[in-house]
Amino acid sequence: MSATLRAGDVAMDDAVVLADTPESARGSRPWQRFRHHRLAMFGSAAIFILVLATVVGPWLIPFDELHIDIRNRFAPPLVGGHIFGTDQLGRDLAARLLTAGRLSLAVGFSAMLISASFGTLIGVVAGYYGGLVGAALMRFVDAILCFPTIFLLLVLAAFIVPNVAMITLIIAATAWMEVARIVASQIATLRERDFTLAAEMLGASGTYIMFNELLRNAIGPIIVAATLTVARAILLEAYISFLGYGIQPPMASWGNMLNNAQQYLGSAPWLAIFPGLAITLAVTSFNFVGDGLRDALDARMDIG
Amino acid sequence: MARYLLVRILQSLVLLVLVSLIGFAVLHLAPGGPLAQFALIPGMSQADIARIAAQMGLDRPLPIQYWEWFSRLLIGDWGHSYRDSQPVLAVISAHLPATLELMISALFIAVVLGVWIGVMGAVRRYSVFDSLATIGAMIALSIPTFWFGLVVIYLFSVKLGWLPAGSRFTIGDGSFLDYVHHLIGPALVLALVEVAIWSRYMRASMLDAISQDYIRTAQAKGLPRRIVLLRHALRNALLPMITLAGLELPTLLGGALVTETVFTWPGMGRLFLDSLSYRDYPVVMGLLTFSALLVLFGNLLADLCCALADPRIRLT
Repeated sequence: MSATLRAGDVAMDDAVVLADTPESARGSRPWQRFRHHRLAMFGSAAIFILVLATVVGPWLIPFDELHIDIRNRFAPPLVGGHIFGTDQLGRDLAARLLTAGRLSLAVGFSAMLISASFGTLIGVVAGYYGGLVGAALMRFVDAILCFPTIFLLLVLAAFIVPNVAMITLIIAATAWMEVARIVASQIATLRERDFTLAAEMLGASGTYIMFNELLRNAIGPIIVAATLTVARAILLEAYISFLGYGIQPPMASWGNMLNNAQQYLGSAPWLAIFPGLAITLAVTSFNFVGDGLRDALDARMDIG
Repeated sequence: MARYLLVRILQSLVLLVLVSLIGFAVLHLAPGGPLAQFALIPGMSQADIARIAAQMGLDRPLPIQYWEWFSRLLIGDWGHSYRDSQPVLAVISAHLPATLELMISALFIAVVLGVWIGVMGAVRRYSVFDSLATIGAMIALSIPTFWFGLVVIYLFSVKLGWLPAGSRFTIGDGSFLDYVHHLIGPALVLALVEVAIWSRYMRASMLDAISQDYIRTAQAKGLPRRIVLLRHALRNALLPMITLAGLELPTLLGGALVTETVFTWPGMGRLFLDSLSYRDYPVVMGLLTFSALLVLFGNLLADLCCALADPRIRLT
């Protein structure tokens, strides 16, 4: 096996190998266990459709998401060719939902990549060295976890220029601690196993053991935690954008569409209903997939 | 017990120092730092600001500044609000009761419903109820609190007119029933996520308890199933839930912030957002530190209660 290992490799390897596995082995391999997890399959399908729709969809809809049409403001769903209706400026809600979704999903996914990498790095170092270094790092993680995430995120959001890159970065900055905790405990256990000792005997360097031997064996829990982090990141983006500190108009995100919808709740409830459903669908899907992966990879953790 | 207490309190003290360090670091991250308020006053020269910085001790090494800030924190001098020059701690404590009222009611709903759903799910594992509860909990965890708040307001205030759309009481009324009437909506909204979390943990804890040997012993003695489940399994399964109450505090507090925004509830969350939009950093930082301290002590308290309730911890 080559030395580089990235999230997804495990599942892909198994998928290839399992193509000709006899029927009797069903349910024994992670990929098959995952395929039999109904909610996870539903989640995967929903994510696939959401990604496809947000990437391709805006071209298929005959309306531009920023096109203002004052004569058709507050058109209810299905009126005048607007499937989901229009907002207070007569902009097509479907077009806005799709471009907003593109942004929300991209922010969620990028924030996950950053926070999972950083969390893994901290976790591996803390778990491998243990002792004073490990304790210091993990107490630092504990201390950050004392702050309610939204409070911390809003303070950071108030300090930065609210562009997409910075918002992704601050979401990542408040979402890496869980991954770090999980990785640290995994690595600490794996560190005591014989293969680590063997690698040390062979003269492997600490860095090699940490990032090749140990990380490879901890990849299951990392994938699970990373999937759940996407869900969290999408939710966090929605929260701060809703509160006005995230993605700024005229750029649309699911969160700031809801901020806008709040004042028209009585007269145009569809403005609030659809973005909320979109967030719930995306977050639920990632949570389902994460749950399915946890069962499939048998990566039991103390997350509810 | 004494040793466990001591270790646990020492751990909390270490965390307290780390939490304060993070608070201090964030304070200095703020644009303009602690001097931002003076930079806005017309007619302030660079030299004036430098003089104020020297007076406030901001030209001294950071460790010394941190120590001064931390010791002031300990004696309750948290600075003054930029907006109305009130002491920060007084501003916070004025808004604390509303938030606590909301949090405690939500927690109460979460504990009652969550424990019930969790126990039923564990006792009838893989039943229709259990599957629905599992899926329901996952969806509840994924619904943005603020959106759920908007849905509740739309349905029960705008459409049905059953509940008030916001604030804590009707001006001119303010009777107990009026308070409760206003509390129902936000408490339910805040409780949704907590019910989901509590039911998941309760189910896991109950399943764990049911598989223990003493349950088999109790069953073998011929005790009725109900007694075994309630008196033997449930009592033990509830112990880890005490710790959960502490662990869930940050989520509850964060959720309260969002819920208060949607329901214009005059609590700490509202205060936090208002202060943030006024760039009233002393209050923002005060709230940030205060919430972390609340979580820290909440966790400590939960662990101590757990130790009191569980002889296995008490004796070690």
